[in-house]
Amino acid sequence: MMTEKLALSDDILMKIEKPARYIGNEVNAVVKDKSRVEVRFAMCFPDVYEIGMSHLGIQILYDMFNRWEDVWCERVYSPWVDLDAIMRQQQIPLFGLESQEPIKDMDFLGITIQYEMCYTNILQVLDLAQIPLLAAERGEDCPIVIGGGPCAYNPEPIADFFDLFYIGEGETQYRNLLDLYKSCKKEGCGRVEFLRRAARLPGMYVPRFYQVTYHEDGTIESFSPTEEGIPPTILKEVEMQVSDTYYPMKPVVPYIKVTQDRVVLEIQRGCIRGCRFCQAGQLYRPVRERNVEMLKQYALEMLKNTGHEEISLSSLSSSDYSRLPELIDFLIEKCKEKKINISLPSLRIDAFSLDVMSKVQDIRKSSLTFAPEAGSQRLRNVINKGLTEEDIIHGSTLAFRGGWTRVKLYFMLGLPTETPEDMRGIAELSNKIAATFFEEVPKEARTNGRVQIVTSTSFFVPKPFTPFQWAGQCTREEFIEKAYFTRKCISEQLNQKSIKYNYHEADASVWEGVLARGDRRLSRVILGVYRKGCFYDAWSEYFKNEVWEETMAECGLTTEFYSHRERPLDEIFPWDFIDCGVTKEFLKREWLKARQEQISENCKVRCQGCGVTRFGGGICFEPRDVGSYGGC
Amino acid sequence: MKVRVKFRKYGPVRFIGHLDVMRFFQKCIRRAEIDVAYTTGYSPHQIMSFAAPLGVGLTSDGEYMDIECNSVTTSQDMKERFNRASVPGIEIVSVVLLPEEAGNAMASVAAAGYTVRFREGREPSFDYLGKLADFYARTEIPITKETKKNTLTVNIRPGIYELQADPENKAIHMLVDASSSGNIKPASVMDAYAAWQGQTLAENAFTVHRKDTYLNLASAGEARQLAPMDSIGRQILEPIVDEKRLLIAQEADRRRAEAAAEARRLRQEALTAKETEQQKWLQSLHSAGSHDRAEERPVDPQEAEAKDE
Repeated sequence: MMTEKLALSDDILMKIEKPARYIGNEVNAVVKDKSRVEVRFAMCFPDVYEIGMSHLGIQILYDMFNRWEDVWCERVYSPWVDLDAIMRQQQIPLFGLESQEPIKDMDFLGITIQYEMCYTNILQVLDLAQIPLLAAERGEDCPIVIGGGPCAYNPEPIADFFDLFYIGEGETQYRNLLDLYKSCKKEGCGRVEFLRRAARLPGMYVPRFYQVTYHEDGTIESFSPTEEGIPPTILKEVEMQVSDTYYPMKPVVPYIKVTQDRVVLEIQRGCIRGCRFCQAGQLYRPVRERNVEMLKQYALEMLKNTGHEEISLSSLSSSDYSRLPELIDFLIEKCKEKKINISLPSLRIDAFSLDVMSKVQDIRKSSLTFAPEAGSQRLRNVINKGLTEEDIIHGSTLAFRGGWTRVKLYFMLGLPTETPEDMRGIAELSNKIAATFFEEVPKEARTNGRVQIVTSTSFFVPKPFTPFQWAGQCTREEFIEKAYFTRKCISEQLNQKSIKYNYHEADASVWEGVLARGDRRLSRVILGVYRKGCFYDAWSEYFKNEVWEETMAECGLTTEFYSHRERPLDEIFPWDFIDCGVTKEFLKREWLKARQEQISENCKVRCQGCGVTRFGGGICFEPRDVGSYGGC
Repeated sequence: MKVRVKFRKYGPVRFIGHLDVMRFFQKCIRRAEIDVAYTTGYSPHQIMSFAAPLGVGLTSDGEYMDIECNSVTTSQDMKERFNRASVPGIEIVSVVLLPEEAGNAMASVAAAGYTVRFREGREPSFDYLGKLADFYARTEIPITKETKKNTLTVNIRPGIYELQADPENKAIHMLVDASSSGNIKPASVMDAYAAWQGQTLAENAFTVHRKDTYLNLASAGEARQLAPMDSIGRQILEPIVDEKRLLIAQEADRRRAEAAAEARRLRQEALTAKETEQQKWLQSLHSAGSHDRAEERPVDPQEAEAKDE
């Protein structure tokens, strides 16, 4: 079925950049007869189309919702700044891509919240949709605004903008939520009563039914429900049947080139590694592998239904998937005849992965990626990154012998306990890898003649539900100083000409830190910044540090409080009422171990007692494999 | 063997640009499981060619794409499979087999026919249907073209083969040069028409619909003889396998596999057999200081070989 009618006039579409972002009608987009559905759900990724369309989570939920006959799920993304200005000026309400009809007339607006710097875009979407920005000001005719995704694990800074947050994986509770919505609608019980009942469903957080009191120093004194029957803590939802659940056989295929322009096959959820800075590694526990036969079947079906020329395996650490060799052999065989490329991100570099990569990639064009994250073994122990210098040098040696000449290295600056020696270690490790190339590869065997090391550093941002949630974050000035020092160390290396150094901008990292561990009072800051015209803060060309600083000061809040100070062990955090499966006791233990530079083995080697065994499945119940400890 | 696919483009997808339509068809061909041929180089891609690109916002009843196939089923079957794999608004209307000597779609485009209609309220104030014949009777219709360096004045009159008013439908029909060297945009004609009357058209004043795209059947020097681009093809009624193509494809696969194996072997050889040289080389480096090493860029025999492909 085609939606003939477009929400935007020809005049507008002819004037703006990439009109294909807004016209829908893509391959596998679902158009339903609206008179025959009971619930209309707008699913939003609050960033530009090319980013939002690349997100797997939305494709999974879109497929799930549209499999249900009574539901029609549409997609919506942030209009780019050119269209944004026109929509404001002409008061065109934001619309769903499939029906081209206003979001404000739908039953739900679901927003996936993947990174902190998109918070102002959430307000942009609400504003353009002509929905009141504050949940408290929404009437009966407004859609229920529901948030989900990793940032929903600390929803407090954006709590005022949402009616409801869904904590955890979407596959499990949406059916119950929509059924509740339908029965409330039939009963005519109203918005607040629906939310009251929704708050009793597993995984649902309705901010309006909770109140916070603060100590004089600004820390939280208490956080509690305001009504009888509202749960004081909310346990995340987990899909334990990952091989028998929703997954899109027919993902939507965009016309324009998007970031992830390929079939994405999620092979497992969770990560066994337990790196102490990594939020995903804690949030998505326990590790659950998908059945290899299911993956094979999906790979073929999805390739056939999309026509994509590339397939990518997705997981936090693909090398840890137990049936990886079998799956890759299958894909290589099937893809060769169809001229389909295989992309294998997040592989640990070893003999196996190099052999695989040499089969599926053009090694003259591809580069190898290591993420040591810290420059010294001491600091790698602190962050529990089980990757040693020997692993990296050995991996590079094999890679150089195999013909690769490009290596990318990722590090973080500003990690807890970091010293100048650790930063110098970044430069020295980069140099050693370059030297390895010249030692290992005779001139005659050099594929591109020279070696190219690209060393990148980002700035460490402490995140909720990680062992580093107590850590202080560096200030902007400290970050910049660290980047300059690292650059200087690299310039002193013997092979400095082979090393290219990049570092992230410091400003946004500080605000990311503030928002990640913020509380409800930050809603006013986000609203203030947005009212001053800021959005697309995740895009450096639109991020305005001075506006954030100014607004923060106007609200009487400081980055020192939210970000830079180290937090005491007994402090109540804004996100403590959410139970992500991993206990605070475990995180505390890990935080203390980190300061003693002690590592913790991964889930396959030994259970660390993090608390997720209560979900009753996944890696927690599989036999241990003491031989597999290694880096990623 | 070369197959010419004719399609229509209408509805919302008219806002999909030409490059994205090409990307669309690359995926559509896979979804339709058409046995398309691939180039034989290191990174194979589908062998395809598109006739005159259609501007964003325009609709068309006559777009053409050529694809090289290893095998075909029938015109009817391929058309159905294409349409099942397509989207609303991109509709395949015919699939024909081209004679072996036919040039590709891009190179053989000669002309395109268009219907232009003014949007309501944006018509020029002069009698645009009545005065058209006078405009067409001129021998010179100059337009200015902006190039990177300067502005040029070009006479587009020789490239306008037909220009007619259609008072009943309040439309203007035109048949113009669409070859890659002399392509004339309908908008250029309309702008020149308004300018001749001393007027400037409103922004986005009219819609343009391409009726068909044509090739020239006449040989050089003869009078122009335009025909729809699929007129030189024939319906495929029985499945055909192009044995020659299949061999080429097999040969390419074999060569790619061999090249990869050879590259691996050469690298191994260089690593093992020349160990002594490596040691000598390392020693010389240690004495010379290693700063300059990164500067050396020896020619890699495998790289040169790959380029030859």
